[in-house]
Parts: sequence; structure tokens; C-alpha cells
Amino acid sequence: MAKRVLVIEDEPNISEALRFILSRNGWQVDVSADGQRAMKEMQSAPPDLLILDVMLPGLSGFDVLRSVRAGEGTRDLPVLMLTAKGQGADRAEAERLGATRFMTKPFANAEVIAAVEDMVGP
Amino acid sequence: MAGPTRRRSATMSFNLLVLTCLGYVILLFAVASAAERSAAEGRARWLRSPVIYTLSLSVYCTAWTFYGAVGYAARSGLEFMTIYLGPTLVFVGWWVILRKLVRIGRENRVTSIADMISARYGKSNLLGIIVTLLCVSAGTPYIALQLQSIAQSFTVFAADTASTSLAADRNFIAFWVAAGLALFTIAFGTRNLDVNEQHPGVVMAIAVEAVVKLLALLAVGVFAVWIVAGGPGDILARIDAQALPEWHIQPGRWTGLILLSAIAIICLPRMFQVTVVENTDDQHLATASWAFPLYLFLMSLFVLPIAVVGLEIMPEGSNPDMFVLTLPLHLGQDGLALLSFLGGFSAATSMVIVASLALATMVSNHIVVPLWLKARAAQKRDTGDMRLLVLSVRRLSIALVLGFGYIYYVITGGSAALAAIGLIAFVGVAQIMPPLLGALFWRGASRTGAALGVTVGTVIWFYTLFLPSFGPDVILSARVMEEGLLGLAWLRPYSLYGLTTLDPLLHSLFWSLLLNALAFCLGSFLSFPSPIERVQGALFVDIFDRPGPARSWTRPAAEAEDLLPVTQRILGQSEGQQFFRAQAELQGKQGYLPDITPEFLEALELKLSGSVGAATAHAMLAQTVGTAVVSVEDLMAVASETAQIMEYSAQLEAKSEELSRTARKLREANEMLQKLSVQKDAFLSQISHELRTPMTSIRAFSEILMDSEGMSAEEQHHFAQIIHDESIRLTRLLDDLLDLSVLEHGQVQLNIGPALLRDLIDKSINASNSVQADRNFRISRNRDPEKIEIVTDAGRLTQVFINILSNARKYCVSDDPQMRISVRQRDGMVEVDFTDNGTGIPRDKQALIFEKFSRLTDSMQAGGAGLGLAICREIMLNLGGDITYVPGQGGACFRVSFPVELKPCEAAQKPQHKDAEAAE
Repeated sequence: MAKRVLVIEDEPNISEALRFILSRNGWQVDVSADGQRAMKEMQSAPPDLLILDVMLPGLSGFDVLRSVRAGEGTRDLPVLMLTAKGQGADRAEAERLGATRFMTKPFANAEVIAAVEDMVGP
Repeated sequence: MAGPTRRRSATMSFNLLVLTCLGYVILLFAVASAAERSAAEGRARWLRSPVIYTLSLSVYCTAWTFYGAVGYAARSGLEFMTIYLGPTLVFVGWWVILRKLVRIGRENRVTSIADMISARYGKSNLLGIIVTLLCVSAGTPYIALQLQSIAQSFTVFAADTASTSLAADRNFIAFWVAAGLALFTIAFGTRNLDVNEQHPGVVMAIAVEAVVKLLALLAVGVFAVWIVAGGPGDILARIDAQALPEWHIQPGRWTGLILLSAIAIICLPRMFQVTVVENTDDQHLATASWAFPLYLFLMSLFVLPIAVVGLEIMPEGSNPDMFVLTLPLHLGQDGLALLSFLGGFSAATSMVIVASLALATMVSNHIVVPLWLKARAAQKRDTGDMRLLVLSVRRLSIALVLGFGYIYYVITGGSAALAAIGLIAFVGVAQIMPPLLGALFWRGASRTGAALGVTVGTVIWFYTLFLPSFGPDVILSARVMEEGLLGLAWLRPYSLYGLTTLDPLLHSLFWSLLLNALAFCLGSFLSFPSPIERVQGALFVDIFDRPGPARSWTRPAAEAEDLLPVTQRILGQSEGQQFFRAQAELQGKQGYLPDITPEFLEALELKLSGSVGAATAHAMLAQTVGTAVVSVEDLMAVASETAQIMEYSAQLEAKSEELSRTARKLREANEMLQKLSVQKDAFLSQISHELRTPMTSIRAFSEILMDSEGMSAEEQHHFAQIIHDESIRLTRLLDDLLDLSVLEHGQVQLNIGPALLRDLIDKSINASNSVQADRNFRISRNRDPEKIEIVTDAGRLTQVFINILSNARKYCVSDDPQMRISVRQRDGMVEVDFTDNGTGIPRDKQALIFEKFSRLTDSMQAGGAGLGLAICREIMLNLGGDITYVPGQGGACFRVSFPVELKPCEAAQKPQHKDAEAAE
């Protein structure tokens, strides 16, 4: 059964690109633009992997990550954080809050696939 | 060689003389006002030079000296020299007293000799009044004398001319001369009310006159010696031949006259004015101490030759007092005579100007203003600005003094010989000498003594010299003169107590000064000076050696045990003990207690002075040792040291305040820089995000398309479309950023021209219709008020309108979205309100919306980077207007305001950007 990945990203074109490349590599991809709503869904059905944007309207990516790490069923969930800010401060914050991987935009598609497979296993 | 004696013709008309005088006076006015101007601009250092100072002292040489000295010499031989010898002795031998006077005068801002006396004796106004009255009594005849000499010199000139009817009227001349001098003195003597009462214009004019009168006298002298006589040898021979019996030198009279003129050079109000009040630097006295005697020497050099030549050549019965003028006239030297006339004119006018200025200052400061203040106090009116009052009083006093002089002249009719009045005035002002000397050198001198002395002296002077000088039966009856007051022989004016061996002048000088000094001393011994007198006395007497002379300890009567605690209190325990042990060791003693020798006390005082100051140290030891009472002087020294310390600490306080102010400013600047730095980081981070986001999509889809195997053409086209859209988004973002940057830095090129507002709104609505074109967005407007002709950058204004309209189309949350556009015009400004019927902008976000990247909703809906309103605001600032959010209008309401007619200068005055504002 295909592994499930949840993409929380507010830029529709970016989430569409992620959806395309991940599903081409055999992932089942869910996309959400709203951190709040995505959190609820994760509580009921945690994905195998979370791809998380930092700059989100409402709850920020860091807020979501904090809740994920605090949540019962999602504590060990592998999280790949994506940020367009590309600043050292964001990376440090992501590591502190327990992100598994951190990548800056724009990214190479192959890198994303490699990172995802590395985190979850083929 | 004796020149041909010819009666002068009427070549020199009276009118020419008057014109010459007028021209000369105008020159003086010009010199004085130029000096005043330079002084006001502070660029005339040479004005305050020792040379000018010395020349101004020559106000001593009045018309009496100029004309009268020759007459004096003709009558009494060398005796005229006494008038020059006295001042010479004072300046050469006794300039210490002058230096002290000058220093005291400056430090106490003394305005006149009356002020000096009054200040020294406890600021007594009574003394001020007495001295003022004395000076006015002595000065008025003296001024009259000058008026007389000018009038006389006029008539000498005009004696043979046709215009005698006018010229003969001496009173007429004297009146206009007095009026003119009053005008001059008022103009330059009461220009403003200086704290130090200095008048650079007057001083400068006096200096010029000094040169004129010296040159004139020298010229006449040279003429007499080398042209009329056959040179110095011939003159000496003529003097020998001429020698009259009266020319014998009488030692007693000489001594008396030298003393008198020595006193006069110090006490004459006009001399005090130029020597002390107008002095700007007491170093000038050093120059004056030789230069002024030199001036006097030159003034006196040719007196005797002129007198001798005059006696020989002039017809019998000629007035020797006018030889200086009549000799050249008699010999047909009209030009020289004119110069001589100007010299006499200078001598007279300079005296009158300075004397009336000095007297007026006294009269106004010691009589009129105090009286006025008293009257005012009685009326309990509030005191306003005194300056104008004092100036007016001063001006009135000048007119009054000159008026007195004129009246005196008219009444006496120029009866007495010139020199007589001068010497009588000398004896009058000499009455000030005892209290003045006491002021400078005797701390025990008291107000009672001074007032008593001056009064006694003045009364004697009046009775024995001044009143009799009017002649018998004018004021004092001939009977009183002959038999004494009330028939008492010992009260005869010219021979008090039967003293008959002296001539009236010396007789009066002797008695008045003697009794004056006696009364002064007795009064001072018998009265007790008030504290303020003591303070002032110490201040005056010790002017050069404050904060106090070295005082030695003579009769110590204290134990070392008493002194040790005092010392420890000041120096600290260990250092105090160490000092005492070292001192004991010096005396060959063991332990901490040295013998209380004067040497030890002096060493201790010196040691303590280092910590608490000399005066305090002395006072503390004096108290402990118990030998000396703490004197007023000690207390004053303490006070002055304390004042210095307070001054110093005030300075420190000011310094530290300044430091903390600077520190605060630095802190604020630092905070501002930090804030700016944070803002800059945030801005860069925002830009990075806004750029990377479209680039991410572009790169991802490019990579997808590069590996397009098994992809439908439709899919490929869709992805290409995304790449295309994101590229456009990227371009727009860059455009906006550049636009913003240009606008923010005011480098934008505005394209200003006329436009119709209604057209711009039409255009904006059309352009914004494409945004979410599917949305039905109703716009209501009233087209009539929109018909306004404006001058602005229409393109930029349209850009703002479009932005607002597009935002409304995007963000207005309503089932039936509507927009109302209303236009108003007021005070040359146009206001356009764009109000929608949505939910509006939450209160906490209203302040943010005009900031860069302040996108309130998610980017999907916005499709922009959040720079729109920031750009709008910058545009409006550039257009001399603004864009604001108006809360409480139902929906979102943006108000765009701008001037009806934008002038290029208004556009340039675009307010600085907010960051820059904050950074100020």
C-alpha cells in the first residue's frame, strides 16, 4: 500500500508541483493550505510523512510542528520543512522544534524525492 | 624778527567761522558714530587701545589750559606749570592709586565718582547726593567757563567784521554751543544703558579733539618761536628781559597748586569718567603713566614763549587769555588763527561733553531716579522697565547740566578771569579726596565720617571761595567779606581764624581740606560702620590681594590636643596623625603632639588649605586656637571660596547633565539603529520569500517538463501556463519593488499636467474591471462633483485609484459587493473617498495596511506581494497629498487627498520616508 504524505502549503502552484512529483513516485498525496484544519485530520489519520511550509496564513509552520511533536500519535512523524525565507534563523528554529529535514525553496525535485525516501524508506 | 603788524581785514567772515565750526562738529559726529558702530560690531580693537585712552585723558586740558595758561603765564610766569606738574606727579609717581581706582571701578561697575564713594561707604545714597551736589556746584561754573571761552573766541574773530551785530551777542553763541553740545552728548552718551557705562563714540571724539588742540597749540608755539622770534635762543633772551616781579616762584603757593591739581586729576568728575569709567583695561594705565605726562609737557612747552611774544607784540591792554588766538590774528595769519580757534573749540567742547555726561550720570543715578523710585513706591505701582526711564532722566540731566552752565554764564557775564573759575572748581572737587583716599586705603573709614568730612569741606569751600568769587555784594555782602559772618572777625571768608598770610585760594584749600580730613577721621573713629560698609571697605581696600593676604600666627594659645581632632576631621585620621607626628619630630619631640609654635600653625594652615581652601582653613584654626576673632574679612574670604566651589559644582552638574543628555541621545540613536536593522532584516527576508515562492513553482514545473515522458499535452500545457504565470508574478514583484524604491527616495520623475478628475476615475474603474471580472461589483458615484480640473501626475493618481478599486474587488466580503466613490474639495485640496460595503479592516490591522508586505489574507486570494498600498502611499506623498484609512464607514474606506494644483515645489517637499523620520 502506498505511503501517504501530507503537504501543508498555501501556495497552490507549489503544492500542485509537489503533488505531481510525489505521486509520480508512488506516494499518496494529500494537500492542505490551512494548518489548523490539517492538524485535525492528522489526529484522526496520521500520514507517513509531513511536508510543511513555514510561512502559512494563520498558524505558522512552526506552530504546526510544535503541535505535531506534542501530539500523541504524531510525536515521531517524519517532518520535512520547506521555507522560502532561506535564513539560518529558520533552520535553527526548525531543528530546535524537531523537524526531521529542512530544505529551502526553490528545491530540485530529485532532492525532495531523495529526502522523502530517505526519511521513510522506499 | 617781528612781523609786520597790520590790522586784519575782514577776510575771515563770521559766517565762515560758523561754517568751520559746524563742519568740525559734523566731523566729530561722524567719528563718534563710526566708533560706536565699530564697537557695536565688536571689531574695533584699536578703539580700545592705550593711545586712545591716553588721548581721552587730555580732557583735563580744557579751554582754560588752552587759552588761559598763556594768560596765566603772562601774569604769573612759570606758576602755570603747577597745573601740569600735579597730574604728571600723579601719573608718574602715584599711578598705583590710579590702578587701584580703575580696578575697583571696573570690578564694582562704578558709574561715577559719586557712585564710587557711595558704593564704598555702604552704598549710601546720602553720600551719593552730597558728592553729586558738590560736583554739580563745582562743575557748572566750569562748564560756563568753557562756554565763555568759545563765545569769547568767536567775538575775537568777529571783532572787526561787519557782522558784529550778530557776533557781539555772546549769549547767543553760548546758547547755540550749549545746545549743540547737549545734542552731541545725548546722542553718544545715552545711546544705551550699558552696565559699565562706557561710551566708545564719545571717547573716540575726545581723542580726536585731543590731537587737534595739541597740534593747534604746537603750531602757534612754533610760529611764535621760529617765525615771530628768532628761535629758542632769542625766546629765552626775551623771557629774561620780560621777567616781571610777579614771576617769582613762591614755594608755598607752588606746593599748594601742585597738590591741588594732583587731587583734581583724580577727583574731577570728567577725569574720573575717562580714567576709571571708560577704562577697558588697566594695562592702559601703564602707557598713560608716561604718555599723558608727555602730552601735558607738549601742551605746556610753548606757553611761556607765546606769553612773552604776546606781551611784547600785542597792543597794551590786550587780554593775555586770548593771546593764542589774537597773536596769529594780529600778525595776519588767518589760517593759523583758525587752527588755533579750532584747538580752543576742541578743548572747550571735549570738556563740556565729558563733564556734562559725568554730571548727568550722577544727577540721574543719585538724585532723580531714587526720588522717582521713592515716589513710585509710595504710589505702590508696579515697576516696569526702568531702562527707558533712566535713559530719559539721563538725557534730561544732560540738558539740565548744560542749561545750568549756560545760565551761570549769562548771570555772571564772564566777569572773572578764566583761570580763577578753574582753580575754584579744583578746590571744590578736592573735597572728595579724603573720603576717596579713605575708601582705597583705610578700612576703618565710615560713612558718617565721609559724609561729615565732605559736608564740612564743601561748606568751607562755599563760604571761603565759591561764594566770594562772585564778587562782593553779589551773594555775600561786602560787609560779611570785610567783617566776617555775624560780625565775627574770625569768620571772615578770606581769613578764617585770622589766617591772613595765604591768598584766598590756598586759604580755602587749606581750611577746607584740613577740616574735611579732621571731620572724616573723627567721624570714622566715633561711628561704628555697618556690616555692608565693612564688607565694601574690605573689598575696596584689598582689591589686589584677595582672597586675603598671608596672615601669620602671633600669640598661639591652644593645645595640640585641640588641633588634632580638627585636623583629623579634615585630613582623615591616619594622615592627620602622621602630619602631627612629623611636625613633632621636626621639633625633636616624641609622640603626636608638637609644640604649638607659629611655624607649626602656619604649616598646619597650609596643609589644611590644600583640602578646604585658605580662608576656611584660617577661620577654623582661628576658632580653635582662640587667639583671633573670625574677622569679617575671614568670613568674606570663606564666602568667596564657597562661592567658587559652588560655581565649580554647578559647572560639574551642568557637565554631568550634558553627559547624561548625550548618553540618552546615543542610546536612542542606538535603539533606532537596532530597530532599523531589524526592519531591514525583516524586509530582506520578506523579499526573499516573495521572490523564492514563484521561483519554486517555476523550477519545480520546469524540472517536471524536462522529464515529460508519459505526460499528456494538456498537462504539459497546464504546467507551462503555471510557469508563465509565475514568471509574470515575479516580474510584477520586481517592478513593484523598483517602483517603491524610486518613490521612497523621491527620485520619481513626476509627469505633471492638467486633467479632469472625472476622466481619471472613469479610466480607473475600466482598468480595474478585469480583476475578478466574474464578480458583480456595483459602483455608485456622483459625477457632478467629480468635474474638477486638477493639475497633477494623472498616471500616478490613476495607479492609486486602480489599486484601491482592485483591492476592493478582491477583498470586499459581501454578497452584494458595492463601492461608493465620493469627491469633495476643500482648502485647495481634493478628497476622494472609496467606501465599500464589506467587513472593513480590523482595528488592529489598520495601522499596518500601508506597510510593505502587509498582506492580510493569503496569497492565493491576493495574487500580489502586499506592496500595493505602500506604493499608493508613497505616490500620494509624492503628489503632495496622502492616502488614509477612514474607520467606521460601514466597510473599508480609503480617502485619497491631493492638492487641486500640484506645484513642483510642493512635490519636492514630499515628507521624508517614515524610516528616515523615525531615525531623526
